[in-house]
Amino acid sequence: MTGTIETPVVAERLVKRFGSFTAVDDVSFRIARGEIVGFLGPNGAGKSTIIRMLCGLLRPSEGRARVAGFDVAREPERVRENIGYMSQKFSLYTDLTVAENLRFFGGIYRVPRAVLPERMGFAVEMAGLRHRENMLVSTLAGGWKQRLALGCAILHRPPILFLDEPTSGVDPESRRRFWDLIHDLSADGVTVLVSTHYMDEAEYCNRVALIDRGRLIEMASPSALKQHTLGGDLLVVECEGMGTAMAALHEAPGVRDVAAFGNSIHILVESAGAALAALPDYLAGCGVRVTRIEQIKPTIEDIFVQMIGAEARAEGPRP
Amino acid sequence: MFERILHMLIKEFLELKRDKWARFRLIVPPLVQMLVFGYAATFEVYHVSTVVLDRDHTLESRDLISRFAFSDRFRIVRIAATDAEVENAIDRSDAALAIVVHAGFAQLLRKGQSAPLQVIVDGTNSNTALIALGYLNQIVAQYSQDYTLDLIRRGIGGAGGKMVQVTIEPRPWYNPDLNGRWFFVPGVVGSLTLVVVVSLTASAIVREREIGTLEQIMVTPIRPAEYILGKTAPFFLIGLAQVALVALFGTLWFHIPFVGNPLILLLGTCLFLLSTLGLGLLISTLAKTEQQAFAASFFVLNPAFILSGFSFPIASMPTPMQWLTYLDPLRYYLVVIRATFLKGVGLDALWPDLLGMAVLGVVLLAISIFRFRKSLD
Repeated sequence: MTGTIETPVVAERLVKRFGSFTAVDDVSFRIARGEIVGFLGPNGAGKSTIIRMLCGLLRPSEGRARVAGFDVAREPERVRENIGYMSQKFSLYTDLTVAENLRFFGGIYRVPRAVLPERMGFAVEMAGLRHRENMLVSTLAGGWKQRLALGCAILHRPPILFLDEPTSGVDPESRRRFWDLIHDLSADGVTVLVSTHYMDEAEYCNRVALIDRGRLIEMASPSALKQHTLGGDLLVVECEGMGTAMAALHEAPGVRDVAAFGNSIHILVESAGAALAALPDYLAGCGVRVTRIEQIKPTIEDIFVQMIGAEARAEGPRP
Repeated sequence: MFERILHMLIKEFLELKRDKWARFRLIVPPLVQMLVFGYAATFEVYHVSTVVLDRDHTLESRDLISRFAFSDRFRIVRIAATDAEVENAIDRSDAALAIVVHAGFAQLLRKGQSAPLQVIVDGTNSNTALIALGYLNQIVAQYSQDYTLDLIRRGIGGAGGKMVQVTIEPRPWYNPDLNGRWFFVPGVVGSLTLVVVVSLTASAIVREREIGTLEQIMVTPIRPAEYILGKTAPFFLIGLAQVALVALFGTLWFHIPFVGNPLILLLGTCLFLLSTLGLGLLISTLAKTEQQAFAASFFVLNPAFILSGFSFPIASMPTPMQWLTYLDPLRYYLVVIRATFLKGVGLDALWPDLLGMAVLGVVLLAISIFRFRKSLD
């Protein structure tokens, strides 16, 4: 029935305003069955708000969305029968045990009594919580809690999963394991929409949507995104005195864009060869001691930063 | 529908089982408050500290004073020798009452004339003062009656030795000894239940909202009514158990009679719980944090207590205040619980109060469910 819908998630010109603030601004997209789509963007970009509208937790101010074939504003209860949701914040009952949480959510989702033990067993196995069924959730470590939350969200075998920053605050090993689980689910035909602010997680998705300040900037596969021409070559600069260096690089000849990436600076230049020859001396002249400068392949994050920059420049300053 | 509510119920009781503080909060404070109210909350006045100044030094004055000395309503704390001493005792709150017998007191009485007795009372606590004066009047009236009869018997009486006496024979119904405890203990059952149920319910949904589990619940297909019923059913059961516990304690420990129909009390309790749950839920949907819910329930509970008629008679309140009392579930329940405990009256007398609670309960719950739907946005 609903599981066989070919486009389980459709958003058409979604807008969400909170007072005078527009959190989601005219966003449209379609997600195919079994697809894993990642929502990428900085905190506050509007990723959670879009997901919360798709779950029927928030009413769209404008536009409409259909999930599993049901309108999210008009039939939220039918939508909820077909989705599993994990919120940003861990939200199981920490004063209940693993088994009690699973039994509770199983009951709320009306999982038939006959299949509940098997489903609970699967969730426990998946979360790696065998022999920990009777532990209080408050005593579990972060990675386990999060896999248990996923287990609770899929107890009723929903064809669609909405995961809102499921991996935030979890160690890299647990994050990797979590993505393996998501791939397994997707292989079974489950459609997954997952938001993250870890750019490296984009690689795990079939398609990524870049979201900034409530707008959907681009939606494409990670490889297609990487084909996106930056309009120049990308260099990484590591040095002492980042602030001085960034200010100096903005003024440097042949430099098109400058962005800070943790402890290093990524710069977009007209030509890698010319820049590599000229910049070390130029920076030394500005009093910056360069420890590393070389050409690198752009990551999704570079492309994202560049796209946001291009958009901002095209529009002029925004408040 | 019922399956989901049942799962909510199991979950709530599991959480309660794990929460030592909540368990303590449900059992110990009600019993302690019951004891405190049972013993301390009474309008009766005993052992009023009294200072006496006897300027007459006669058989008559000593007889009168000894009547105060032997009454357990008064306790003579000092025999004063001067006016200044009396004043001092009242000023320093050593005594709340002063009795001054002027010189010539007995002389007037022996002539069959009325003799003044000066009484000074500390009016700071007007209630105690009035009640103490009432007891004092009783003692003095008894004294003058005895004295008059004595005069008549000895043939000294004024107008031909005959006097018309009017005596009042009070017959208080339902509480023949006018025991204040009988009035208070059933009321305590109601007010304790109000406090516990409203404060627990008010924080219940807010807590889930704060820790984020509410959002997780709201993405399941559960309906708002199912969630709210599942969330409040435990408090309903707890409220019933609490009424039973406190009522049992009151009848066994304080020997409060229970003459009415327990089924009517049960019906009244159910309707009362319905309206208190509604009140708590309304607070829960209005508050954003547990702290706000706590402050709001405090803000609601205090007036509810004062307007309920628990200790201040509603009939003595100004009319607009009396209207306000109709919004107070405790007002109706106190009538029902006092009537079933002490009077044993039936539905024919209590239906307006039962109806009042039912209407209040349904309206409050409906508003809560409506607000709960909207509160998600």
